[in-house]
Amino acid sequence: MDVIFGNLDLWGRALGNTLLVFAFGGVIALVLGLVVGAMRVSPVPIARAVGTVYVNIIRNTPLTLVFFFFVFGYPVLGLPRLSNTVLGILAIGIYTATYVAETLRAGISTVPVGQAEAARAIGLPFGQVMSLIVLPQAFRTVVPPMMSVFIALLKNTTVAAGFSIGELAALRATINDSHDRPGNPMEVLLWVAVVFVVLVLLMSWVQRYLENRWRIAR
Amino acid sequence: MSSVLFDVPGPRARRRNGILAVLTTVVVAAVIGFLVYRMSVTGQFSAEKWYVFGFSTVWGQILKALGNTLAAFGLAAVLSLVLGFALAIGRLSDHAWVRVPVTVVTELFRAVPVLVMMMLLYYGLPDIGIKMEPYWAVVLALMAYNGSVLAEALRAGIESLPRGQREAGYAIGLRKSGVMRLILLPQAIRAMLPVIVAQLVVTMKDTALGFIITYPELLYYAKLLSSQQGRPILQSAIVIGGIYIVMCLILSGLAKWLEIRTRRSGRTVLPPPITRATIAAHEITNTQLISAQFIGGSAGDAGGGGDAGKG
Repeated sequence: MDVIFGNLDLWGRALGNTLLVFAFGGVIALVLGLVVGAMRVSPVPIARAVGTVYVNIIRNTPLTLVFFFFVFGYPVLGLPRLSNTVLGILAIGIYTATYVAETLRAGISTVPVGQAEAARAIGLPFGQVMSLIVLPQAFRTVVPPMMSVFIALLKNTTVAAGFSIGELAALRATINDSHDRPGNPMEVLLWVAVVFVVLVLLMSWVQRYLENRWRIAR
Repeated sequence: MSSVLFDVPGPRARRRNGILAVLTTVVVAAVIGFLVYRMSVTGQFSAEKWYVFGFSTVWGQILKALGNTLAAFGLAAVLSLVLGFALAIGRLSDHAWVRVPVTVVTELFRAVPVLVMMMLLYYGLPDIGIKMEPYWAVVLALMAYNGSVLAEALRAGIESLPRGQREAGYAIGLRKSGVMRLILLPQAIRAMLPVIVAQLVVTMKDTALGFIITYPELLYYAKLLSSQQGRPILQSAIVIGGIYIVMCLILSGLAKWLEIRTRRSGRTVLPPPITRATIAAHEITNTQLISAQFIGGSAGDAGGGGDAGKG
């Protein structure tokens, strides 16, 4: 228990950083994912192609490599200096956006064809077909898989530890590299694992709750 | 699918789509152009930056690092498949003393981030007197995580099979192991093959995490290269990244191909609506159900299950 109470300040900061990366990364992923998801179903062939290429390339790139590009590659471009945390948030947001886009697209394709056909039959254009008919229905089916994407995002924040961003998985190095901090690597990492298990279980519980609440009978 | 959402564009829609197309092109070109411009301004294309890639020893090292990546991926893939089967079957067991611990282990392995697991094995274990090579830390962590995910996929595959399959197996006198081995698993594996291969792509991608715990794989070598003459960090990231992306694209392509093939072979296709309606209409015996399945299945592929059992 000394590991926790002897380093309470560090744990607070690390958990804060993890949640920070998670929250901002999540917002970027949602916004970008929405745009890319819309591009992938849009009537404009070029937009579709761009969306497909983006999703296919980023989804087949290891997250560590995306981080590598942002954290090590960005500074050599001579652009305004950004902290590692900001670069990490961008990296994880851009990576997760592809999963958000794919989930949205899958959700849209679960809406029965007849719904979109009926909407078009009464003369709605693409924008209204999507915003009034398809998306409200897709939203409900999309929520559970979207929660899975966010659970993955939460777990992926640990990758930031390898790029000197002081979040939970980096605690081991912080605590063990200083001489007067209590706790050995095993203890620290086990507690980190416990924190993640608790957070993930919490999110799975929310996921199940929403799934039951918004289930639609078809 | 996308054609369902919009009409064949008329003159006004065509004009609007044209504008959107131009806009997309401009934005994408601007982003790429800006990156290339910054790269050329900061001299990323100069010969000096690409100097190290002229040596055959460097490429030899890259090949060695690629070998390390593939060695970790290969063993992790095999072990995670083995673990996946073990956990899936354990979780479907009739005995609570098997089922409950296996469920807990599966959920734990799925909830702990792979990197934390690798760190536990590499940095944590020496504290209790076990020294572990980075290679084994990478392999075992990937095995635990991907094994548990595969277990869930296989379990979903087995549970989605029509109940009649299992019942028919028992009816012809097979034991539990026989039903699992001869009836349920072959069908579940075939249905879940795309998911399994897609999970292998994840395994491949996650080997790059070994970089963080100093396993000398591709990305680790990219970092090493960047301290060479000319400090070619972006260049080595581009070269090494290309290798990763190509390997993952090949695996993903395989998964996609398998998915299309599975869909086309008709094994997952629903039986004709009439059969389903008839089944839903009145309570039926298992014999009728099996025969209905046969009718449903024969539409696509003789012997295929369909999923009439759900009706």
